[in-house]
Amino acid sequence: MKYDIVLCGVGGQGGISVSVVIARAAMAAGLDVKQSEVHGMSQRGGEVLAHLRMSDKPVASPIIPRASADLILAFEPLEALRYVPWLRKGGAIVTATAPLKNMTNYPDPDAVVAELRKIPGAVLVDADALAKEAGNARAANVALVGAAAKYLPLEASALEAAIKDLFARKGDAVVDANLRAFEHGRRANP
Amino acid sequence: MNTETLMGDEAIALGAVHAGLSAAFAYPGTPSTEIMETLQAMAEKGATTADGAKFVAQWCANEKTAYESALGASYAGRRAMVSMKHVGLNVAADPFVNSALIRIHGGLVVVVADDPGMHSSQDEQDSRALAAFARMPCFEPADQQEAYDMTLEAFEFSEKHEVPVLVRITTRLAHSRAVVKVAAKGRAQNPVDKAPQDMSWILMPAVARKRWKALLGKQADFRAYAEERSTLAAASKKLGVVTAGLALQYYRENLEDFVAAEGEAPSHLHIGHYPIPAGKLRELCANVEKVLVIEDGYPVVEEALRGVLPTPIPVLGKMSGELPLDGELNPDLVRAALGLPEREGVPAPGLPPPGRPPQLCVGCPHADSFAALKEALLEYPTHAVNSDIGCYTLGALAPYNAIESCVDMGASIGMARGAAEAGLRPTVAIIGDSTFYHSGMSNLVDAVSHGTNTTVYILDNQTTGMTGAQPTIAPSSRLKDLVIGLGVDPAHVRVLDAHKRSHEASVKAIKEELAHPGPSVVIGVRVCIEAYKKERAK
Ligand SMILES: Cc1ncc(C[n+]2csc(CCOP(=O)(O)OP(=O)(O)O)c2C)c(N)n1
Ligand code: SF4
Repeated sequence: MKYDIVLCGVGGQGGISVSVVIARAAMAAGLDVKQSEVHGMSQRGGEVLAHLRMSDKPVASPIIPRASADLILAFEPLEALRYVPWLRKGGAIVTATAPLKNMTNYPDPDAVVAELRKIPGAVLVDADALAKEAGNARAANVALVGAAAKYLPLEASALEAAIKDLFARKGDAVVDANLRAFEHGRRANP
Repeated sequence: MNTETLMGDEAIALGAVHAGLSAAFAYPGTPSTEIMETLQAMAEKGATTADGAKFVAQWCANEKTAYESALGASYAGRRAMVSMKHVGLNVAADPFVNSALIRIHGGLVVVVADDPGMHSSQDEQDSRALAAFARMPCFEPADQQEAYDMTLEAFEFSEKHEVPVLVRITTRLAHSRAVVKVAAKGRAQNPVDKAPQDMSWILMPAVARKRWKALLGKQADFRAYAEERSTLAAASKKLGVVTAGLALQYYRENLEDFVAAEGEAPSHLHIGHYPIPAGKLRELCANVEKVLVIEDGYPVVEEALRGVLPTPIPVLGKMSGELPLDGELNPDLVRAALGLPEREGVPAPGLPPPGRPPQLCVGCPHADSFAALKEALLEYPTHAVNSDIGCYTLGALAPYNAIESCVDMGASIGMARGAAEAGLRPTVAIIGDSTFYHSGMSNLVDAVSHGTNTTVYILDNQTTGMTGAQPTIAPSSRLKDLVIGLGVDPAHVRVLDAHKRSHEASVKAIKEELAHPGPSVVIGVRVCIEAYKKERAK
């Protein structure tokens, strides 16, 4: 078994930090994990990308080959579109719908969404709304993980444990809000 | 043994501590920055080496000073590490090349992080070539586990052979995470024990000639070690594959498909140690019909293999076009080089997504500094704005379009000065505070001593913003006095509030200094948003 995830978004969204949640849950399940991200510049607003790979055999490349990702988890729709060449046939896309238009040549958002809808297995979720419902607008990325949970080869309880782990430092209120966001996400894509 | 999930940078930091590190020195630079950040975070939490002793982990003014500090620690008999990004090694090239000649005492490990693909750099130079230039051994890990293991190995090798060891990593290894088995405890630090007084640290010509012979004499041992540590697995006679460092993983990624297609695996040589193990390469090539070299960065191994005379078998790689000469290597490029068909995915979207370039943070002080400068320059149809490396390099893009050059750290002042001496007026050098301390000061001294008509605009955001807000080597409060101390007339050192609210005053001051016929310095002060957030989060 192998499972490859491309996580993408815009710098400053804080999105790809949730790859840690999935990585920890995978490790707890005894899988080999490699995670790669390109970061370094402090400035905001550029594309950010992480590759997360898990397998019951040793993972070789830290980079996911094209046309092999099982899941694209996108925190912004244009970024989802950017990484479609990495998706394998039959793979899933779970993407937030809210466009982040910090560029002059951002295409028509409806056209972006329409392109995404053409891809079988694409699930578009209003992650911001889900997070707000859960009581913490900053938990949109965790809501998105919830919406992708059913595809992951991991138990929901393992993901919940990893969420608790990750946010424990920030206190019970933040942990609870994120657990709720996760739950709302799961219900949005049951 | 414990297991930990570590980035390549973290694995190196931990490896150094477990090797009995006494002192580490660095200047920030993506993707090497996290090595020092990890060491400092460990030290802050009270981490020690196995003997319970603390270790030193310090940022320095630049890579050269960091390197020289590490040399001093080695002289004192203790294990020292210096880390930097690839272009940092250019700055430290003088101590780097010369330190290969001295008789290293405490182990000295030089970690250099290359950036093939230029994720955040101005070139993609390959440090393996610089190690060869300095006749220095180089270790190149293939994954995070090796990053940890080779750091320990490098310290041992350095002390045994009395030579610095360069550990070469790349962005991908530095910034990706994997599970690493680490020692439970590690090794104690060396005691303070000054290097023997046998002249071996005094590189005056008579001694240097002997030391150079000594270094040349060691090459056979270095090579023998590289031969022993590289692994050759004979298989197919049709194809031999050579991998170096992380490229191994891209090869492995495709191996199963290759075997399925071709019926057998290629013969394979993996190299993680340099000088290039020529014997093993010959052994591989003697038994195959052709050989493919897979390495990230320059075609270092491939070039050596090709030489200048015709090769007895075809050599494939970057120089023959099977792999690109530029950019970062990846599993898809290696797949194609192995002759495997592209994987079939989903049809490409009809709408090609435009790129999304990074931008200055909302509220960044640099934006206000650019606005003031642009207005002040309006009355000069010809002018030069030479800039430097930092967040403010984004001033090259819309909506600012405020800078005209960015070459290497410190170049802004030298170039603005040279252009002014050549007759171009007015010239402005735009430089960040961290870059000014790094290598702007000596250029300013040149401007002062020649009375050059140029204006240096220091963007003092009180941090090294570009690399994630590391502290600068001197506090902002001392910058003005420092500039005056370098000899700039105090009447022409102006400190401005880098904020919209002070726009008019800033424009006026800049105009006055542009009109001044000698060297002048304008300092725009306001804290970087990221640095402010980082400080508050503490
Ligand atoms: C020789 C060298 N070392 C390190 C770097 C990495 N680097 C790029 S810009 C920079 C410093 C940026 O700080 P500063 O000049 O204060 O500007 P800021 O980003 O804060 O605006 C560093 C360390 C480099 N490009 N070259
Ligand atoms: S990190 Fe600091 S200096 Fe860089 S763009 Fe952001 S605010 Fe400006």
